[in-house]
Amino acid sequence: MTVFKKMSALLLAGVTIMAAAGCGGGGEAAGGGSGDGKITMGFAQVGAESGWRTANTKSIQESAKTAGIELKFSDAQQKQENQIKAIRSYIQQKVDVIAFSPVVESGWDNVLKEAQAAKIPVILTDRAVDSADTSLYKTFLGSDFVEEGRKAGKWLVEEYKDSTDTVNIVELQGTTGSAPANDRKAGFAEVIGAESKFKVVASQTGDFTRAKGKEVMEAFLKSNPDIDVLYAHNDDMGLGAIEAIEGAGKVPGKDIKIITVDAVKDGMQALADGKINFIVECSPILGPQLMDLAKKVVAGEQVPARVLTEETTFTPEQAKAALPTRPY
Amino acid sequence: MTALVRHRLFWPAAVLVLLLAANVAFTPGFLSIEMKDGHLYGSLIDIFRFGAPLILVAIGMTLVIATGGIDLSVGSVVAISGALACLHISGLPDQNDVGGVLAAVGLALGLALVLGAWNGFLVAGVGIQPIIATLIIMVAGRGLAQLITDGQIVTVNSDSYKLIGGGYWLTLPFGILIVLAVLALTAFLTRRLALGLLVESIGGNATASRLAGIRSRGLTVAVYAFCALCAGIAGLMISSNVSSADGNNAGLWIELDAILAVVIGGTSLMGGRFSLGGTVLGALVIQTLTTTIYSIGIPPETTLLFKALVVTVVCLVQSSAFREKVFQRRGRRRPAAPRATDDEKVEVPA
Repeated sequence: MTVFKKMSALLLAGVTIMAAAGCGGGGEAAGGGSGDGKITMGFAQVGAESGWRTANTKSIQESAKTAGIELKFSDAQQKQENQIKAIRSYIQQKVDVIAFSPVVESGWDNVLKEAQAAKIPVILTDRAVDSADTSLYKTFLGSDFVEEGRKAGKWLVEEYKDSTDTVNIVELQGTTGSAPANDRKAGFAEVIGAESKFKVVASQTGDFTRAKGKEVMEAFLKSNPDIDVLYAHNDDMGLGAIEAIEGAGKVPGKDIKIITVDAVKDGMQALADGKINFIVECSPILGPQLMDLAKKVVAGEQVPARVLTEETTFTPEQAKAALPTRPY
Repeated sequence: MTALVRHRLFWPAAVLVLLLAANVAFTPGFLSIEMKDGHLYGSLIDIFRFGAPLILVAIGMTLVIATGGIDLSVGSVVAISGALACLHISGLPDQNDVGGVLAAVGLALGLALVLGAWNGFLVAGVGIQPIIATLIIMVAGRGLAQLITDGQIVTVNSDSYKLIGGGYWLTLPFGILIVLAVLALTAFLTRRLALGLLVESIGGNATASRLAGIRSRGLTVAVYAFCALCAGIAGLMISSNVSSADGNNAGLWIELDAILAVVIGGTSLMGGRFSLGGTVLGALVIQTLTTTIYSIGIPPETTLLFKALVVTVVCLVQSSAFREKVFQRRGRRRPAAPRATDDEKVEVPA
């Protein structure tokens, strides 16, 4: 037994040393890499909470490869502290540029100041931070979430323009405190607020996941017997909610009209099947634009403070046409 | 009446009733259950249905805690099991093929058992502290789940698989039936046979019970394997409910909810005694709390605060020391610390 204990202790120690050596090796390679003129980018991803996010990750990884940029990638599993840790480690590894998609809007000033002190430029992708000091980051590449919310609202207003009855709306919000959740809610509320017949009867977070979307929608269906419209801040929550609606014996897309944001493959399929009525696109294919910006920033060129991604909206007919050629 | 109030499950049950009453106040039809498309439908059914994975994980956790251990890896096992099953099914030529789905289920549960046995081996064989031993799979396991799914959400389209977590059988959600079966089996093994007593004896004093002739090492490994098996089944339910495996989010923080359920149910974290009924009640309190938040419309920004307040209240009213102070009861009960636990420990048959 004692021998065995010793052996396993040794084994564990060995594994630890190997892991440590692995980290060190990576760091050195990064330092050497920047010496050769090859750009090293540290990217702190939010997580893989939805199909959108995984498409976003793929786009960044692939375009880094094509652009010849060495990518250090980390997944924060939707936790701000993990993301801050990842950014700190990139600062220590002296990468040439840091890009990240902030999981929530606030609380970034300290770590961004550390990056600034280390003279590492920072690019925000897809989500913004609410920091007052805009010199903390070079540029923000991503969608205009408020505009996405407005697009969703405009479709709804158009759809119900002939009706005078009250329209009961339930809303599935994204991760509480995240920019897309805040902005998609605000943009939508701004447009529908103009007419008093639109009433948001329940609004709750579904954490951008299918499981939560389903669970919350089940509860909505019970506490609000008369729901006309569901507005979900992403496709995945909408897909979960569709299952809940079907379980309640109602027909998604008919009894309850569904608007979502993102346009990932599963969502587009549901749109083409008529289970979703309208999708506002939020393109995850930021990779090529991000790599361009990174090269410019590292070379010291001026970049615009805000770069928008090109996006559209989809109706069921458009979804049917677009589905076969959709890359994600 | 006093006997009722003194029952150790009185307070968690009272909180559950209170939560349900709050729901009824906000949503008058909350307790009504109707038939829809040939199955039962209603908020109460939802609480059981969405609570089923938590109850399962908490049952496994109860036994682990009874041995004086803890299992932090269950959340990762949930993710791994769902991921493996969905990956296997998505590769089937016919996703509705029952044989293929059963193979996927077997594969996932087999892996869960192996992971649990590994935990048990680290704890009982190597003597690592349970919290550290199971931390390994808690952290690494989620990585493994992402490796299995390649970081993507794996969507399956299989009615047979859907049955496990989202389907109905004899008008009841299938998940509830699975929970009932596991609960009945566990209750039989631990309360009708001596197994429960042996598990408690390990929690009381592992060395003494080994000297008394109990194979504590093998039993500990078995308990951890059982806990992981429960987590594996929960993982199948969660992924089957939404027909997709999400390596990143499935079962996230469920280990903490499970530990909380066990504690609310009156099982001591020191080990040495446990209450399966209490655990089920604890898990139902947690799930009802979640449902309450949705149905009475607590804004998402304050959800966590609301949860924290309720849990604090539950824990406080559970503490007899606290109740005596607040309600100024004269100490009819003995002081909380050692209590019945010691008696049970002594009764271990050699």
